Amino acid sequence: MQSISTKDNISVRIKKDRIFLGLVVLLSVVTVSPIVLIIFKLIAKGYKQLSFGFLVEKMPDTMQAMTAVTNNELIPGGIANAILGTLLMVVLASVIAIPVGIISGVYLYENQGKWMANLTRSVSDILQGVPSIVLGLISYIWVVKHVTHGFSALAGSVSLAIMMLPMIVRSTEETLKMIPQTLKEAGLALGIPYWRVLFGILIPTGFSGLMTGILLAVSRVIGETAPLMLTALGSSVINANIAKPTSAIPLVIWEFYNDPNMVDLIWSSSLLLMIMVLAFNLTAKQIAASRK
Amino acid sequence: MNTNILEIKDPILSIQDLSVAYDKNVAVKSVSVGIKKNNVTAIMGPSGCGKSTLLRALNRMHELYENITTTGSVLLNDEDIFKMSPIKLRRKTGMVFQRPNPFPTMSIYDNVIAGYKLNGISQKKQERDEIVERSLRDVALWDEVKDSLTKKGTFLSGGQQQRLCIARALAFNPEIILLDEPTSALDPVATSKIEDLLIKLKESYTIIMVTHNMSQAARISDYSLFMYLGELVEYGKTKNMFTNPQDRRTEEYLTGKFG
Amino acid sequence: MNSDKITKIVLFSVSFIILFIAGGMVFSLVGGAIPSFKTFGLGFITSSQWDPTEGKESYGALPFIAGTLITSFAALIISFPLSFATSLFLGEYYRNTRVAKVLGTMVDLLAGIPSIVYGLWGFYVLRPFLIDIGFENQGFGVFTSSLVLAIMIIPYATSLSNEIISMVPNDLKEAAYSLGSTRYEVIMHVTVPAARSGIFAGYILSFGRALGETMAVTMLIGNANIIPDSLFSTGNTMASVIANQFGEADGLKLSALISIGLLLFVITGIVNGIGKLIIKKMN
Repeated sequence: MQSISTKDNISVRIKKDRIFLGLVVLLSVVTVSPIVLIIFKLIAKGYKQLSFGFLVEKMPDTMQAMTAVTNNELIPGGIANAILGTLLMVVLASVIAIPVGIISGVYLYENQGKWMANLTRSVSDILQGVPSIVLGLISYIWVVKHVTHGFSALAGSVSLAIMMLPMIVRSTEETLKMIPQTLKEAGLALGIPYWRVLFGILIPTGFSGLMTGILLAVSRVIGETAPLMLTALGSSVINANIAKPTSAIPLVIWEFYNDPNMVDLIWSSSLLLMIMVLAFNLTAKQIAASRK
Repeated sequence: MNTNILEIKDPILSIQDLSVAYDKNVAVKSVSVGIKKNNVTAIMGPSGCGKSTLLRALNRMHELYENITTTGSVLLNDEDIFKMSPIKLRRKTGMVFQRPNPFPTMSIYDNVIAGYKLNGISQKKQERDEIVERSLRDVALWDEVKDSLTKKGTFLSGGQQQRLCIARALAFNPEIILLDEPTSALDPVATSKIEDLLIKLKESYTIIMVTHNMSQAARISDYSLFMYLGELVEYGKTKNMFTNPQDRRTEEYLTGKFG
Repeated sequence: MNSDKITKIVLFSVSFIILFIAGGMVFSLVGGAIPSFKTFGLGFITSSQWDPTEGKESYGALPFIAGTLITSFAALIISFPLSFATSLFLGEYYRNTRVAKVLGTMVDLLAGIPSIVYGLWGFYVLRPFLIDIGFENQGFGVFTSSLVLAIMIIPYATSLSNEIISMVPNDLKEAAYSLGSTRYEVIMHVTVPAARSGIFAGYILSFGRALGETMAVTMLIGNANIIPDSLFSTGNTMASVIANQFGEADGLKLSALISIGLLLFVITGIVNGIGKLIIKKMN
């Protein structure tokens, strides 16, 4: 009697086990399906518009767009102003965030355990969690109101830089921590001054790790819209003046979305944006993988 | 006064009452000893006896870490090393570590003159070439790498990498070379090449070497320090120490009663 | 000496910039919020009015606070089974296989998609789909935005849980297997309990992420300044009202928006702080 009921119990448990596994696999597939769906949608609707001209021509105005749509043609023009604006602001943000981030990362690495370093690290972590729109607000108050007295590329760059900073700090510290101590000691034993050991030996040795962190930080900020809405505002012309409003790819996507005539352009612009994000992301992963 | 410590006339390095402590833990207790120029001096003892700590105090490496304190003095040619600039000290002493550690982002050439380059000392190419060739010849590595000087050192074998590290330390023409168990990570063939090298090098340099391998000390050192629990127990000519140890502890260590 | 001392000073000063930025942020947010709090007092947090008409301006943050919390909680609940299953897939069942690597990369890519692209997809694909299957009427509202939000925050909880789960020591699991347990039982009774705090921290962090999300939610929530009364009701969140109303905001209205930014900053700061604290405790 006893053994029969135990046998029943086992087969139930085994069934449960199989069902659970099936559930796990199913839900995992469901989880990643949006990525496939989204990319396919972008490609399907966006590839037609994507051409060399798209990259270098200025934005069409709403009349041109309306005429093209009514005639069932591709909307003319491109998003050169947005591409250059994104380039301008990302480069400027990097110029701000990379040196500060790397040096701060070195500071944390050199001062493990000290309360000041721990405080800085915690604050850096907190900064990383601040919503990007709040960073936009901050940059609005600091730069738009008090520095450039108007929306500007600089303000946009500052908000992006604050976003990039904690990521670069953390990846620098982690990379340096993985370098064996004896390398630093060997440098110092040669009578090389401390700062040269840092920048002539340790940082070059950790270069790929630092690069990974930087590329990931860039891929993160390229797609940001909210903070730029409050700082760079957008512009229909190509702008190189950091004190003036500037366009960016996410900003034009938002503009197209809100303009019934230009709506068709959102797909190609988004596709371009995704390609850029993926490029940085995958390059970063490649570098990280080749280190191992 | 420990009578088992041989007095050296005109030592190049005179360690006087040196103590090194990690917080409250005294790792090296009042060591006083003179090191003879152009000889190989071995520092031996069981693990934890303070030999590495002593060695690293000689080029003030311990100052990299917090809560390590030293008392006493060490005179290098009558100058107290604790009173001179650490950078100046470290150019007079070269250090070789347990695991070969050439700088991974630099070529063999650049590794050898890393000391100069990273100190911002500018030299003519000819000077640099001479230094690199001399150092690599001194460690018997020149013929093996002269055609690959621009390659990174990572393709070299462990023994070759360690010789490269020695060349790097020699480039500054230091007076003293400090080695911390330099062959413990190497195979027997590489080990014996390095031992031969050290014997040759003593003609131009003073060699101080920590080793946990007694037979290595017996093979190549002229003088030996035996340390136990932070104290300098015995010091003298290696031959004498091995055949006729004065202290009971030395004898027990040498006969393998503890390691 | 000195170049060492100088180096130390430079390192210290540059990293001080981080503290300076954080302090400056608090200062600016509080400073900008003061006019609004002076006018409305703490009632700002409990008021549901949002009237920018000159002369009788009245602002209150309650609908937005409610909208933010509701959508984020809903997103958390929706994402939980998906994220949990995926972390088991990656960290337990298929750990170290090629499939896991591919899936893991895809999950990472989910995190890389810009918010505005999620919003577009939600608007042009998901919304019509929900309307077609009769699930929704006009498609805007708490549910749709929570759904997209859930997809966006999945990678955060998944990667942390995955790491923690794969770190559960083998001998614990082997002990359970040797007692004749099925895989499911080992997972439920040994692995997950051992990884419990890490998994929990992961969800707190993804909740924190959801709180601050702007674009995707703005495009799908309907932007109605009301407290949502049902899952399919429209509403608004703190982040989206700032984005939407910022336009020519000035004076008191600007101050009100900054106050909302301050509230958002504080709430996300607390949530993320708790999450990080749990992680630290685990180590």
